[in-house]
Amino acid sequence: MLLGQSLAVSAVLFALGGVGVVVRRNALIVLMSIELMLNAVNLTLITFARQLHNVEGQLFALMTMVVAAAEAVVGLAVLVDIFRVRDVEDIDELSELRG
Amino acid sequence: MDGTLIIFWAFAGLAVVSALSCITRRSPVASALWLVVTLFSLAALFVLLDAQFIAVLQVLVYAGAIMVLFLFVIMLLNLGRPGPTDLKGPVGLIVGVLLAGGLLVQLLGLRHVAPPPGLALAPGVMARAAAEQGLVPTVARPLFGTYLVPFEITSILLLAAIVGAVVLAKRKL
Repeated sequence: MLLGQSLAVSAVLFALGGVGVVVRRNALIVLMSIELMLNAVNLTLITFARQLHNVEGQLFALMTMVVAAAEAVVGLAVLVDIFRVRDVEDIDELSELRG
Repeated sequence: MDGTLIIFWAFAGLAVVSALSCITRRSPVASALWLVVTLFSLAALFVLLDAQFIAVLQVLVYAGAIMVLFLFVIMLLNLGRPGPTDLKGPVGLIVGVLLAGGLLVQLLGLRHVAPPPGLALAPGVMARAAAEQGLVPTVARPLFGTYLVPFEITSILLLAAIVGAVVLAKRKL
């Protein structure tokens, strides 16, 4: 029960996050879309934890949450640093590392 | 259609609609607030999926801490104004939608794949453990027992993130 439905919701959320990452240029919204994708993965993990009567999926979701928190902190710090040097928020303009 | 399913679809619909709003709003503040709605709906779905502890953490860590951090950075950098051209050009839009559409089709196809039966524990194991030990110890005991080493590695990851954020964001050390 709820297995197929949860996985469908998770797939839709993951795809929406993917669209956000690819289509938007604002770096903050790209970061938020990545958070959305990580949350969709969490939903899948917890769905399978329930389906398999196994608590380990919830532990993996916990680990994902920690990784997401670390990623948000470092990503936002990089963003703050970029803004201090140049006043741009368009990630397409930040192409200095391109060879 | 029983009550659980109605509540499930209500929150699932809310999550999808607010996620859609999150990636389509032009103002980053509006996007962040819609993402908070998505995260709260996902917490409700986690409760329906018998993961109450993770749901509480979702509200505390995601909807609380991470989103406050996002809003704080938006307001600190004065990014609240919507940009003139935030979307990619038509080629980028088409490629993005095609990629995500392919991903969606594949993931929806995987929906019907059943996990191998050997992975599943006996039904009722989680419910019995929750009744005997309580909700939090059910998650905490394996975390501090079998998965102690990954848990400690997680703390090293968090330490690295803290150090990295301070080094990046501080002007002079």
